Amino acid sequence: MDKTVTDLATAVAGIGDGMTVMIGGFGGAGSPIELIHALIDRFRATGHPKALTIINNNAGNGHVGLAALIEAGMVKKLICSFPRSADPVVFTELYLAGKIELELVPQGTLAERIRAGGAGIPAFYTPTSYGTDLAKGKPVAEFDGRSYVQERWLKADVALVKAETADKHGNLAFRAAARNFNPLMSMAAAETVVQAGQVVLAGGIDPEAVVTPGIFVQKVVQVANAQQEEDLNRANAVYPGAA
Amino acid sequence: MIAKLTNNQIAWRAAQDIHDGAYVNLGIGFPEKVAQYQPPGREAIFHTENGILNFGEAPRSGDEDWDLINAGKRAVTLKPGSAFFHHADSFAMVRGGHLDVAILGAYEVAENGDLANWSTGPKGVPAVGGAMDLVHGAKRVAVITDHVTKDGKPKLLQRCTLPLTGVACVTRVYTSLAVIDIEGGRFVLREKLSALSLDELQAVTGAELRVNGAVADLIVPEL
Repeated sequence: MDKTVTDLATAVAGIGDGMTVMIGGFGGAGSPIELIHALIDRFRATGHPKALTIINNNAGNGHVGLAALIEAGMVKKLICSFPRSADPVVFTELYLAGKIELELVPQGTLAERIRAGGAGIPAFYTPTSYGTDLAKGKPVAEFDGRSYVQERWLKADVALVKAETADKHGNLAFRAAARNFNPLMSMAAAETVVQAGQVVLAGGIDPEAVVTPGIFVQKVVQVANAQQEEDLNRANAVYPGAA
Repeated sequence: MIAKLTNNQIAWRAAQDIHDGAYVNLGIGFPEKVAQYQPPGREAIFHTENGILNFGEAPRSGDEDWDLINAGKRAVTLKPGSAFFHHADSFAMVRGGHLDVAILGAYEVAENGDLANWSTGPKGVPAVGGAMDLVHGAKRVAVITDHVTKDGKPKLLQRCTLPLTGVACVTRVYTSLAVIDIEGGRFVLREKLSALSLDELQAVTGAELRVNGAVADLIVPEL
């Protein structure tokens, strides 16, 4: 078994118009910037994919990564918990102009909806958001004297994920707090595409250290020395930059 | 003009109630200050929603590792005995009753324990993050806040006017003037600045302050 692909363009080739795409990361930590930029490259060359629904905790920062994907005009709808950042101008302008949809989800509910999607649980009850505007229209039920809000699973056509190490079977290990949503999104997509800092032979990751088992992963591409969103933003980087 | 505590002093007072061995989540911004005033000899373990237990102070400028950040997306360091985990586990810690204390900021707190701290209304881009999760599950949910708004209006009210973060979730409020518990749907005064009379405090509070037993002086060091 070998799930590795040779280049980023091949890795993201399965993403088509109108698809729902989960993108891992919390802010810049664990954000698969190179996969996102490969998707932007394809859009600039072919006009596709477009009208994407993106699921991420945030709405991008500056003009690279997720913010660049939104700025390129590829995103129809964003499902996230916190669409603010140090430099949120790209999302903010489109949102206030009514050119992008937003589904705002509490952060823990977002995580659990994704986990549920990967685990085959269509709905669950949570205390989060009970009695607030974000619970409007959702079923409420009482358990042991307390009220809970029903939330539904989230699934995606494709997940773009960043790992520290992958083996050829797609087993993944992550680095520090870059783990965040990546293991959950790996479970919840029909096709999970991973950029890994290093790709090793099967057996190259101690089974005790595997965080995401390879059954959840379809494609792996090696990106050594991946860029960090925070570093790019501190350098005022813009993707794809001046022509 | 009533003399009041600084934000550092409010944070110091809240830190005195965190017991040794407590697992604690501090909201982004002002509540993060609480970490620096842990009483000597007590060790609290701090949780950040994005997936770290037992993180420490910010690194020196230039030493940042951008895979090692807190929920406010600021660089942090690790302390011995730290752990990483994914977001579903992180919020299982939050909602599942595993945190001892969550300390949050507030726009408004109501005497029934309702909290408004995520939205000032329909203008602009709405953003909630983990606020609505954090108010559920911690054994104690406390608020630290100035007693009044910048315009001098009460932040402690009979009912919140802004969009709610959670219903009946706050149990204690540390303000720039007083320490107040929420019990049985009422504000119960525990401590107040000694220079302030009960009437003066009541005048800047938007709901009745009950006195149930002794009211101690709110004594805080110069910071």
